[in-house]
Amino acid sequence: MTEPAGPGPLEAHLRRRREGGRKLLVPYVTGGLDERWTELLRAMVAAGADAVEVGIPFSDPVMDGPTIQEASLRALARGTTPASILADLRAVAADVDVPLVAMTYFNLVFRAGPERFAAEAVAAGIAGVILPDVPMEELGEWEPAGQAAGLETVLLASPLSSDERLALLCDRSQGFVYGVNLLGVTGERASVGGAAGVLAKRLKAITDTPVIMGFGVSDGEQARAIAAPADGVVVASAIMRRVLDGAGPEEAATFVADLRAALDRG
Amino acid sequence: MTAAAESAKRSSEEDVTRIGEAGSAGGGANVADPFSDPSENGRFGDFGGRFVPETLMPACVELEAAFRDAWADPGFRAELDGLLRDYAGRPSPVTDCARLSERLGVRVLLKREDLNHTGSHKINNVLGQALLARRMGKSRVIAETGAGQHGVATATAAALLGQECVVYMGDVDMERQALNVFRMRLLGAEVRPASTGSRTLKDAVNEAMRDWVSSVETTHYCLGSVMGPHPYPWMVRELHRVIGDEAREQCRTLLGADPDVVVACVGGGSNAAGIFSGFGRSPGTELWGAEPAGGAAVNRGVPGIVHGMKSYLMQDEWGQVLEADSISAGLDYPGIGPEHAHLAETGRARYEAVSDDEVLDAFATLARTEGIIPALESAHALAMVIRHRQALAGRTVLVNLSGRGDKDVAQVSDIFGPDAGAARGLR
Repeated sequence: MTEPAGPGPLEAHLRRRREGGRKLLVPYVTGGLDERWTELLRAMVAAGADAVEVGIPFSDPVMDGPTIQEASLRALARGTTPASILADLRAVAADVDVPLVAMTYFNLVFRAGPERFAAEAVAAGIAGVILPDVPMEELGEWEPAGQAAGLETVLLASPLSSDERLALLCDRSQGFVYGVNLLGVTGERASVGGAAGVLAKRLKAITDTPVIMGFGVSDGEQARAIAAPADGVVVASAIMRRVLDGAGPEEAATFVADLRAALDRG
Repeated sequence: MTAAAESAKRSSEEDVTRIGEAGSAGGGANVADPFSDPSENGRFGDFGGRFVPETLMPACVELEAAFRDAWADPGFRAELDGLLRDYAGRPSPVTDCARLSERLGVRVLLKREDLNHTGSHKINNVLGQALLARRMGKSRVIAETGAGQHGVATATAAALLGQECVVYMGDVDMERQALNVFRMRLLGAEVRPASTGSRTLKDAVNEAMRDWVSSVETTHYCLGSVMGPHPYPWMVRELHRVIGDEAREQCRTLLGADPDVVVACVGGGSNAAGIFSGFGRSPGTELWGAEPAGGAAVNRGVPGIVHGMKSYLMQDEWGQVLEADSISAGLDYPGIGPEHAHLAETGRARYEAVSDDEVLDAFATLARTEGIIPALESAHALAMVIRHRQALAGRTVLVNLSGRGDKDVAQVSDIFGPDAGAARGLR
């Protein structure tokens, strides 16, 4: 495998943003959740997101807890497809000045064909991809297509990953390294426990690639604490729960602004 | 005697001594055994693999190492063999079905996995995995179940070994297999409903995987079929290989030869993998898998990735997994074990979908001709034999009767009505 020339656009953007000590905020939205989902995306960018994770819903999301499951099923029930999400994104790409990272399960990529999926994602303005069910051992099924298209593939690191695996992961992950805060699926937790901090420190000790921690984050105070030993946080279920409960884009973005403010207090 | 039987007879002398060596991957004289170990990355051809989140990778690696170690340990094998014999009731007999054979014009033998403790082949796998969990120091086991047979078997093994047990079951299945839900609870297991998606076996697997990703340090996932990430498809097949190893020896005693065809039903495909693998060194024996029409992964699916494996999968044009819909809860699964996908692709085994209607006819036929009420799952295999009875005339067929039908009687009674399906049977 040839070494990429240097950080890709996603990673370069995140590195620039963290200069000066800014903690990175990556909110998530389930693509196609409702007719206003791209308004929410833009509102979250305006509220201080450094990148946005866009979920492409899959029928069997085994890494997701009840909130993202419900959001995924709701999106699928209204006829959302990978193509409809990418079409929606193409319509707003010009107005979105932070990178977009697609999160999906591998079968949707495999069904489309990795090359075709990668090309269509890039055409819709997507910079990176997260595939939680593709560990390093199976990356050969995706990575060549992703690299050829210029997509950065973000790998997940677990509290259970050995030192050896973390080193391999950090070498291979592009854009950022996604640290999983806890053993479990996505979803808000009152506390994520001590594993998050331990993993963040292990990752920061071995890589200069941005380290962004996710899973379980429910509010600004938690986001601040989790981001402290890392470079930033991903927040997903806490936002999607608000939307599922009826919050419009402005209201949900207010929560994102609260997260931003908490991170900026440091 | 057919060519298959003749060739089998010629080699039976040299092979018969090896039949007891379950798990031996070596071939017979000049026969490459397709049921050998998968590649290092868990692939059967292009199928299989390990498509799991990073959090589960260490557990999969640990499980593979623990299984390899245990499987090579005579002490472990002796303990498992002892349980299979004294607790589960192995070996299960082979029944030569005189009346059914006469009706069909095909000699039908049944491998009687229905006579095992807990009523199906599932006990073979769970006893092995429960012992393995104990060996790995994991005190909690979780399982998914469709019809409830694997859940009951897992709850049984957990009770036997004093392990905590949680079984995930689609709430649709909890309703149609209420008696098995009660059995699991009686055995001390907690049954948790899977209430998303199709609320059947596929969703029970999703919930079990979500539990495992949260509890992997203390919990062993006792997967019930030859599916999921490596090493499960291989490990579960090896734990069921005893079905085929016994059956091959029993057929040779009874027939002096191998059967011409071995038939099994296929959902995930564990009973089929178990009986097929015993005939890996019998290339003249045809291997047939009967899929439910509503969950025919080979016949209606295309390659895909779900539940940790690459295999045939019923899915839409975008890759969303379709919901299976079969009369038999145990086969209500849109995928199939990766080794079956490979056997289908190489042509070593042949898979066909049978309809619910054919299954009900087979169910009634076996009850009336032999006094055996099969599980609806196992009736799929019989239905495939009945469909092809003209082509099979004069040949010998071994059917894996993977489970008994007690659990299905209430459901079938609703369909058949008060005359108990008097008009059902051979057509």
